[in-house]
Amino acid sequence: MKLNRRRFMKYVAASSAVASAGSLFPGISFGDWQQVVNNSGLVSWQKAPCRFCGTGCGVLIGVSGNRAIAVKGDPNCSVNKGLCCMKGYHSVQALYGKDRLVKAQVRKNGSMVDVPIQEALDLVASKLAETRDKHGKDSVAIYGSGQWTIPDGYVASKLFKGCLGTNNVEANARLCMASAVTGFMTSFGLDEPMGCYEDIDHANVFVTWGNNMAEMHPVLFSRMLANRKQRINVKIIDFATRLTRTSQAADKTLLFKPQTDLAVANAICYEIIKNDWVNWDFVNSHVSFHKGKTNIGYGTEDHFSFQDEAESISLEEFVRFLDDYTPEKVEKVSGVPAKDIKYLASLYGDPALKVTSFWCMGMNQHTRGTWINNLVYNIHLLVGKIATPGNSPFSLTGQPSACGTVREVGTLTQSLPHGLVTNEEDRQMAAEIWDVPLGNIDPKPTYHTVEMFRALDRGDIKFIWIQVTNPMVTMPNLKRYRDGALKDDRFVVVSDVYPTPTTDVADVILPAAMWVEQEGMFGNSERRTQHFGQIVDPPGEAMSDTWQIIEVARRLGFEKQFSWSQDDYIEKIWEEYRRFHAGPKHEMASYEVLSKRSGVQWPFVDGKETRWRYNPEYDPACSNGKDFDFYGQKDNRAWVWARPYEPAAESPDSEYNFWLNTGRVIEHWHTGSMTRRVPVLHNAVPEAYVELHPDDAAELGVVNGEKVKIISRRGEIVMPAQINGRGVPPRGMVFVPFFDEQYLINEVTLDAFCPISKQPDYKKCAVRLEKA
Amino acid sequence: MPIFSYLAIPVKGAKETLCADLSTTPHCEVIPSDNQDVIVLVTDTPDEVAETVLQQNLKNLQSLQSLNLTFGYDDHE
Repeated sequence: MKLNRRRFMKYVAASSAVASAGSLFPGISFGDWQQVVNNSGLVSWQKAPCRFCGTGCGVLIGVSGNRAIAVKGDPNCSVNKGLCCMKGYHSVQALYGKDRLVKAQVRKNGSMVDVPIQEALDLVASKLAETRDKHGKDSVAIYGSGQWTIPDGYVASKLFKGCLGTNNVEANARLCMASAVTGFMTSFGLDEPMGCYEDIDHANVFVTWGNNMAEMHPVLFSRMLANRKQRINVKIIDFATRLTRTSQAADKTLLFKPQTDLAVANAICYEIIKNDWVNWDFVNSHVSFHKGKTNIGYGTEDHFSFQDEAESISLEEFVRFLDDYTPEKVEKVSGVPAKDIKYLASLYGDPALKVTSFWCMGMNQHTRGTWINNLVYNIHLLVGKIATPGNSPFSLTGQPSACGTVREVGTLTQSLPHGLVTNEEDRQMAAEIWDVPLGNIDPKPTYHTVEMFRALDRGDIKFIWIQVTNPMVTMPNLKRYRDGALKDDRFVVVSDVYPTPTTDVADVILPAAMWVEQEGMFGNSERRTQHFGQIVDPPGEAMSDTWQIIEVARRLGFEKQFSWSQDDYIEKIWEEYRRFHAGPKHEMASYEVLSKRSGVQWPFVDGKETRWRYNPEYDPACSNGKDFDFYGQKDNRAWVWARPYEPAAESPDSEYNFWLNTGRVIEHWHTGSMTRRVPVLHNAVPEAYVELHPDDAAELGVVNGEKVKIISRRGEIVMPAQINGRGVPPRGMVFVPFFDEQYLINEVTLDAFCPISKQPDYKKCAVRLEKA
Repeated sequence: MPIFSYLAIPVKGAKETLCADLSTTPHCEVIPSDNQDVIVLVTDTPDEVAETVLQQNLKNLQSLQSLNLTFGYDDHE
């Protein structure tokens, strides 16, 4: 006892010195501290990526005994260089909420009862097999997440697509990243950014497109602010639909009416061409012009189907298309003054300025999400500001492995770990690596996320296994999908770490290991794969999602495909998965390399990471002998698209006269199932609210904290008002964060989606307000 | 049986030497900063005699410019 106390005092002594050093020498780092404290036997420090957003900050987890007790930023991780945000610093506390799920539960006679996890897994396997036998292979589904580790998603895809023969595999990244994927695929033929976070250290202008980075990607925003402070001629332009903390820090904010970013982007292109700011050498060598279908719908009806068709057009046709988008015309649609549009265009057009555009949910959760992604690429392509340090159109991600697991492993209905189910060569590769008959892999995609939950409601899907996500909070038009999940002959399995509204609809709850209670890998926004070891034991009978799937796969008779040992299954899975990406375009680091480093960017060829793709100075896959090689498209060019402005699926009218915009706050992550169990974060923002413009609030007769009823065509909700808080919407708009399960704002939202990406638009629907 | 922690500042260009000197000095543990010429020194001596000897040894280090006390604890007090 005395020894423990003495060790503790030495740790306190070291902490005190480190804290003192921090105040005397700002930015000082003690990256080797963990080695010293290891010697004391009190606290050891081990690397991991942060559990929360898609930035992928490296953290060091302090462990005492079998408990994670502290977090510090990993100074060896180039993403955050030792910095964390408030969620990161408090992340380990999310492991230890009082109501952590530690036992499996099964619904018996209407009530959930504890059972041994092996018994629960038996039931999952038998119910899955029974449903499949009775209703066909497409009556069973798995719905995962961008918080799935890479091995989680890989085994899910292998079991459902490879062994069970259904493409009913989706992930919640459909709700946050699908438009980014289709944007990349249609413009470049390959997914994921060409640039990296180092662009922040080179750019002169940052344009945030509908992106509140100060709250959503605070560490990257801090890097931007630090660059603005340290370098001359650095600006931040906030292009937004409401005033936020990003606006407070920006050099200029341009507010646009929802959905009209499409028109403004085209107006910027118009100005670039009109003023001859086009980089003709780049355009002539590396760009081709295309158009697709228009008036493409919104997907609000069941069985909605859409397939775009690309048609080549000439530069002249593209220029004529832009005639409808003069800044003066667009001012009338967007509310952005023509002079501000011209100013924004001049920043992109100035050859002396390096420009990086950042976006996330504002552009992706958009009924024309693919189009607006295309249009921002158009701007960068016309001026040739792409794939070089500081010149980057950069799509950020919201989850730690939306890229690594969902986009790279391909846990979407149309995807495989390499390529698409519709492509025979890709199916052959998967069948060979998975050791399954080629005929097992269905060439036809089935349901994207919204349609998957519609199918559950209709009864086309009878069995669904939900892992690491909380759709009974996040699905738009939520009531329909919750009612569907509760229907009598549906069987819902939920693997999670805490009780949520989704476990409320479950027939089986499987307690899951969380984050560093298991080994795994995430993949962040900048093509960085990040390994983490198991640092502490999971509580009770909690089990990794990967191993849960393996257990069920073996019960279903797929021992051969899932033969790994519990001792090294993550390493074996990684090395099997890595085969899908062999080659210079997507080569991934070995397990051995990943386990030693704080993340590795792919393509990783001959021991070297790739910072900028399509640029032969950095990218080993370039082979055309030119200054750039856009090798993703068949014509070896990047595609500029003529995409028009089309209105939102639902806009305010005389009956429902406000826009509803939904989103996040810095303290809470997604549905708050983890961060609301961290006392500091919960107490900082204990409940959700509705932001109103002060004039709208005055007209309604409400003051801060008074209750407002928000009513849409789908539902209504009563919640407290926030006026002149951290965010201020313009007149005629309200904003609600969705982290609070006490206020299910998605009962009000609309399940319209981008017809190309199938990603819903959570940023725009029509509501009316009443004082409650 | 005192425990102290200090910020140790090396003479110019002698950070590595100071690290090595302190690491080989009895009752000392060091945590060097990886981006500044600063070293955290934690000392843990069994008695007053050892503490006195240690203080003398620290004063004699050529690579040490200054020591700034940040924490002190003595379980006799």
